[in-house]
Amino acid sequence: MVPSTAKHTLTPRKRRSRQSLAPWLFLAPGFAMFLVYVIIPVFQSMWVSFFEWDGLSPKIWIGLGNYVELFDDEAFYTSLKNNVIWLALYMLAVPAGLMIALFLNQTVRGIRIYKSLFFFPFVISQVVVGLIFSWFYAPDFGLFYKLIEWITGSQVAILADENLVTYGIIIAGLWPQIAYCMILYLTGLNAVAPDQIEAARLDGAKGMKMLWYVVLPQLRPATFIALVVTVIGALRSFDLVSIMTSGGPYGSSRVLSYYMYEQALSEYGYRMGYGAAIAVVLFAIMMIFISGFIWKMWRDEKGAR
Amino acid sequence: MKFSKSALLGVLMLGVAMPAMAQQRTLTINSDASDPAPKAAIDALIADFEAANPDVNVVLNLFDHEGYKTAIRNFLTADSPDIANWYAGNRMAPFVNSGQFMDVSDVWAENGLNESLGSAASSMTIDGKQWGVPYTYYQWGIYYNKDVYRAAGVEVPKTWDEFVANCQQFQAAGIDCLTTGSKALWPTAGIFDYLDLRTNGYEFHQQLTSGDIPWTDDRVKAVFAEWAKVLPYTTANHAALDWQDAAALLVQGKAANYVIGNFAVATFKDGGMTDDTLGFMPFPEITPGLPRAEEAPTDTMHIPAGAKNVADAKAFLAFIASAEEQTKMNETLGQLPINKDSTVGDDPFLQAGFDLLSTADGGIAQFFDRDASPEMAKVGMEGFQEFMVKPDRVDAILERLEKTRARSAR
Repeated sequence: MVPSTAKHTLTPRKRRSRQSLAPWLFLAPGFAMFLVYVIIPVFQSMWVSFFEWDGLSPKIWIGLGNYVELFDDEAFYTSLKNNVIWLALYMLAVPAGLMIALFLNQTVRGIRIYKSLFFFPFVISQVVVGLIFSWFYAPDFGLFYKLIEWITGSQVAILADENLVTYGIIIAGLWPQIAYCMILYLTGLNAVAPDQIEAARLDGAKGMKMLWYVVLPQLRPATFIALVVTVIGALRSFDLVSIMTSGGPYGSSRVLSYYMYEQALSEYGYRMGYGAAIAVVLFAIMMIFISGFIWKMWRDEKGAR
Repeated sequence: MKFSKSALLGVLMLGVAMPAMAQQRTLTINSDASDPAPKAAIDALIADFEAANPDVNVVLNLFDHEGYKTAIRNFLTADSPDIANWYAGNRMAPFVNSGQFMDVSDVWAENGLNESLGSAASSMTIDGKQWGVPYTYYQWGIYYNKDVYRAAGVEVPKTWDEFVANCQQFQAAGIDCLTTGSKALWPTAGIFDYLDLRTNGYEFHQQLTSGDIPWTDDRVKAVFAEWAKVLPYTTANHAALDWQDAAALLVQGKAANYVIGNFAVATFKDGGMTDDTLGFMPFPEITPGLPRAEEAPTDTMHIPAGAKNVADAKAFLAFIASAEEQTKMNETLGQLPINKDSTVGDDPFLQAGFDLLSTADGGIAQFFDRDASPEMAKVGMEGFQEFMVKPDRVDAILERLEKTRARSAR
């Protein structure tokens, strides 16, 4: 058993270097992936955004030309505005998810079935959600269309109306997003300490007060994750726009991620540089939130130590 | 002994290799003919070609129709086939300009195609050279419901003014005079193209789509003024409809007229219309005395610059340009052959289309998204859709189109 004796003779310094090496070795595969599929493409996109390039011909350096054009582009501002609406309204998923979670957090017969029914929209694909809602809004046969016609007597084709279309798509997006937040809160509620609830009840806390001062503080980790996934979900809202309207009517439901795809990769696109410039702007917006989240996590970690 | 053995082996190998090499000349074709009729047509074409050239083995790679538009950019640069199909006009310009398609002027010259495919020659020509061979096209025009015309007591119009006058009568009967489904944007371009061809003529339309005339030109505004006349009588929710949904409106008698391509006939007939209830008319005259131009998108075959078997690819192009093959193929496709010596099936709509296109003295336009640059096409068709919903924004829309034109012309 020579190797084992050799192991015992390791100097403390060697052992320490081994210990400090191990985490990096474990990190290496993930870090390499992150580098190849995230970090390097980010810089490549920035690089491409300074060129005019159709993907086939040689690239032509135009400096900030794409950005100059972007800031004079109505379609860009429409997309930006829609992204802001998405962000604002998508936040509703967090309180709505909390409410449903509180409602479902009880022990009655068959509660598991109710929970899974509420969770159902998150399991089905976004493409299917988009299709269901397109039919829901569809003129002439859609359920919602018929309902509005029956109530008001007027006909509203949500997905063909420039003022309503974005809201119509956001509602479709909220359906699975609420389910997602609900699941996060349901798991969080399991971790709420029953003794604290008991103590608060003895002190006479009830209803909103109980929720605000006792339950919610204990749900902070769940709230944090729910916020993160909702912000990211809102900013990368692509599938629903693509399925339900393709950005239409006349581009009024575009969001930045869809506009980027249209310019760079769609049938009439292949303006790689311009698409990359849009991507860089979207990245900058995301960076605001990402830095915020990272800063908060770093602060919490430091506080925990 | 040893020498003779290896010599024998060499002879044997030659004997084995020679016929194998002769048989193994492969011709690779990439095509988007994945729908049933196009697939049957290309399968028959390949069978005929292999029968005529027994030493060539044709390998066909089929792509989904939409996916092909992306795939072609990848396979042209990475792994070229010997033949690829695409579209005529400006739509092939990016591939021609970036050197991805091969100049096939010699195929045209050797086979007299300038004469036999004359009607499509201009749309295959860039910089005075031909870059592919067209094999099929189809007409656009107005398809109408004859029952609705009868019920409303309206005559089939010859001029635009009559058409607009009819619309008022259709409206009184509660019928949409003109229907379209603009969700996918391109159906709007068919209407614009025809209004422009009839108002300003073919030359102007070509200059406009190739970016030589500003969109703020008064003659362009005149086109939109004509369009505005029928907007009150156009299906209201067109922006939420696909073209098939609008076809259903025509079938159900809720709409009278539909500006669409001949491919829609199959959809109308699936919906229960027959040659007795479905009618076809050329788009009516707007400016009197203009030479009549028509719209006929053309499908084409090209040799990529990276093709390995160029000799057989050229033979293949010559083969699909022939009158017999075009007759056969288009019978299966239900479309029109380009070779002037081909014959057309006895379908009344194909006959009408053949007459229409062969007598079009003004010229044949491809389609807005093939004549205009891709960037202009997208912005343009969005503008058309917006105009159809909000006609009072016409000036702002034209300003925007002009901005795009000015930039892409730069």
